[in-house]
Amino acid sequence: MKPIFKHLLVALSLCIPLLSHAALDPALLQPLAGDDPDARVAAVARIAATGGADARQVLQALLDDALVAAPSGQVLIVRDDRAVDAATGSAAAVPDGADGIVVNNRLRGAAQAALSGLALLAPEPDTRRAAVGALRTQDADPAQAPLLRQALARETDADIRTQLAQLLARADLGSSDPVRRKAAVVALADSGDASQRPQLQALLAQNPDGTYAEPDAALRAAAGTALRAIDGRVTRNEIVGNLFYGVSLGSVLLLAALGLAITFGLMGIINMAHGELLMIGAYTTYVCQSLFRHYLPGATDWYLAAALPAAFCVAFAVGVALERSVIRWLYGRPLETLLATWGISLMLMQAVRTVFGAQNVEVANPAWMSGGVTVLGSLVLPYNRIAIIAFAAIVVAAVWLVLNRTRLGLFVRAVMQNRRMADCVGVPTGRIDMMTFGLGSGIAGLGGVALSQLGNVGPDLGQSYIVDSFMVVVLGGVGQLAGTVLGALGLGEINKFLEPLAGAVMAKILILVFIIVFIQRRPQGLFALKGRSVE
Amino acid sequence: MNRTSPLFSRGAWAMLAACTLAAVLLPVLHLALPDSHPLHVSGYALGLVGKFMCYALAALALDLVWGYTGILSLGHGLFFALGAYAHGMYLMRAIGRDGSYGSALPDFMVFLDWKAYPWYWSFTEHFWYCMLLVVLVPGLVAFVFGWFAFRSRIKGVYFSIITQAMTYACMLLFFRNDTGFGGNNGFTDFRRILGHSISAPATRIALYLLTLALLVGALLLCRAIVRSKLGRVLQGVRDAEARLMFIGYDPLAFKLFVWTLSAVLCAIAGALYVPQVGIVNPSEMSPANSIEMVVWVAIGGRGTLVGPILGAFAVNGLKSWFTAAFPDLWLFALGLLFILVTLFMRHGILGVLPAIRRLLPFGRAPATREEAA
Repeated sequence: MKPIFKHLLVALSLCIPLLSHAALDPALLQPLAGDDPDARVAAVARIAATGGADARQVLQALLDDALVAAPSGQVLIVRDDRAVDAATGSAAAVPDGADGIVVNNRLRGAAQAALSGLALLAPEPDTRRAAVGALRTQDADPAQAPLLRQALARETDADIRTQLAQLLARADLGSSDPVRRKAAVVALADSGDASQRPQLQALLAQNPDGTYAEPDAALRAAAGTALRAIDGRVTRNEIVGNLFYGVSLGSVLLLAALGLAITFGLMGIINMAHGELLMIGAYTTYVCQSLFRHYLPGATDWYLAAALPAAFCVAFAVGVALERSVIRWLYGRPLETLLATWGISLMLMQAVRTVFGAQNVEVANPAWMSGGVTVLGSLVLPYNRIAIIAFAAIVVAAVWLVLNRTRLGLFVRAVMQNRRMADCVGVPTGRIDMMTFGLGSGIAGLGGVALSQLGNVGPDLGQSYIVDSFMVVVLGGVGQLAGTVLGALGLGEINKFLEPLAGAVMAKILILVFIIVFIQRRPQGLFALKGRSVE
Repeated sequence: MNRTSPLFSRGAWAMLAACTLAAVLLPVLHLALPDSHPLHVSGYALGLVGKFMCYALAALALDLVWGYTGILSLGHGLFFALGAYAHGMYLMRAIGRDGSYGSALPDFMVFLDWKAYPWYWSFTEHFWYCMLLVVLVPGLVAFVFGWFAFRSRIKGVYFSIITQAMTYACMLLFFRNDTGFGGNNGFTDFRRILGHSISAPATRIALYLLTLALLVGALLLCRAIVRSKLGRVLQGVRDAEARLMFIGYDPLAFKLFVWTLSAVLCAIAGALYVPQVGIVNPSEMSPANSIEMVVWVAIGGRGTLVGPILGAFAVNGLKSWFTAAFPDLWLFALGLLFILVTLFMRHGILGVLPAIRRLLPFGRAPATREEAA
């Protein structure tokens, strides 16, 4: 198949300047209906060389077994019982005795190669992009170089240009002209694309007799430099990727732990049901999604807009109910609070299991969240992770504003610092407790919405985050928003950088050990409260 | 209370003797009476009671640190599981070549394509060595962990959370196949112990009686400790650690002693548990299991020693019944139990009894409780 392809491409590139939109010459088509295999392949090449849309249609029809030859020599394209003349494109009747043109493998290969070459010159950018993508998956072929050079000259889209330039460089590596080879090596070094590594490596390979595959020593040196440049880029991409995923994990931990930073950090309540509040937020998202699918199928992508306030409100309500019914009787008895809230968590989990079933439910990302942005050549950053990082930042900012810039926040801090004094000056401490716990729970609900976008939503969702959340709060220092943020991001980064070294499970174990040791050294966390309130 | 007074009042001694006798009577009823007899105790029931006694021993150990020293551990499941694993190593070696692959190695190692035992499995074919491990490994883990934690004066909720993280980390570790303890399947399919078939009635009854003896022995030991001067200091740690330090005591040694002792007792419970239940896997280390132990203590009444034993029996009896009768409702019931007990029964079952007795016309004044709120 290779030689055919080569000939075709050469023929094609020679004819590019002659591209015209005139109808095909029927004489070009006739050999296709003939019996001579060589003539048929040559005909394909000549048709492709015209380079127009007609040529593509004919070749595609050939591949689809839709070409029919009439006894008169006329060639027709028959699709869905409607026939058009292949040469002129006008409608025509199928004459009696018309026979389908038989396509063997050789002809099919020739037509395919011709088509993908033609696609590089197609007017639609998407077609060209697809053609470039297809060529990237194939081995480099020096015969492609002239065509690629032409295509590059005509190309207007910057992205496709870059890819074409890389393809061209790859093809030029096999060129007989040392100048071209050298230019190719330099171009590849600039691209930093790891997929080009094998080609460069091949240049440095030694033949069995000790001579190098590449005779030019300077070129070999250039290739070595290029290899190092590529390796450097790969390492840098890995580091940037780890940083990004670390921040992403950190923001997930932060969203999971932020509510706890309020209920545990500010109020001192050991809320073991915190994970279940996350779960409630995630299930609220699921319910919103189902409602949107059922009642507003056109706006399904916007279910998150409803899920966020809904999750906050539901979790807020559950939190307030818990505080009023159970937790407020246990203030000052942290260990008992721990047990009671664990009981609550068991009941909430079982309740969700009863209502929604024990299986995970499916929460789909909205369409605008799927996919990702490519940076630094090959690093893909998924949109849903970026969205969650942004969301975490917004939530932290909102919590900070509420705590530091509102009357409620003022009261919350007052009650935290000195309950009796706050009571004396007229702060309704009971109601503030309720609101604070509700706020922490509501934020957990928001965290649940974020978690539903990343992983499975099931009754056990909260259990997997509860230990992590406590670790973040304890590490950051109780009662410190900044500490929680730093603790979460730090844990996320450490985790992601340890994972490739030690494996996911060992990374987790190492982190737990690290936290245990850390707390031995600094029992008050990263940011210790100073002053008389410290125990 | 002077130091020469007996461990228990005469009535309590009688009660203890009666309970022990009743427990001894169960296997007798199992062996002596035919299946059809109404008083016959089935092998299943006997196994259940044996299992509950292991739980009770663990609860007793937990009460020693929580009830008397005020250290709430959410990681005692780890010590229980370590004891179980240490004994399980011997039981795995005792399978010999009777595994499904007919190899000298346990099935899971054959499955992982290991050719020899890892170094930490050496000598585990000796029963005495494994028994030593049962005591030493959890004891050492507890000692090292406790030394670090108590030295930096981590207490209260922080300590609880760290113990939870500890058992969670170990659970993850033991879930790994590479750790060499059977991954998530753990150890199972035991055949024999000290040459006796593990499923034979005689073996099971011997294990049952051994568990009973150790439980009663541990109860007496704990009672002796909490009544001694040492026990007074421990309660001082619980009630007013700062004051105790000002008087001139260093709480570190006291805490460390009781913490390590408690871990060892818990490990012994685990070691007795594994041959009776026939399986141990990393889920024993899950934080939920440790918290359940705390509930036994809370429900029975912490700081009473007898209470946790009652609590372990009550909760697990309830669990066995519920999971058979209403499997969906068990978690609701357990959760509700947690909440009600913490809200309304601060002293657990044993705290309710005196209140009831006071209501009865012929009731006496309740015995003095040595526990402060």
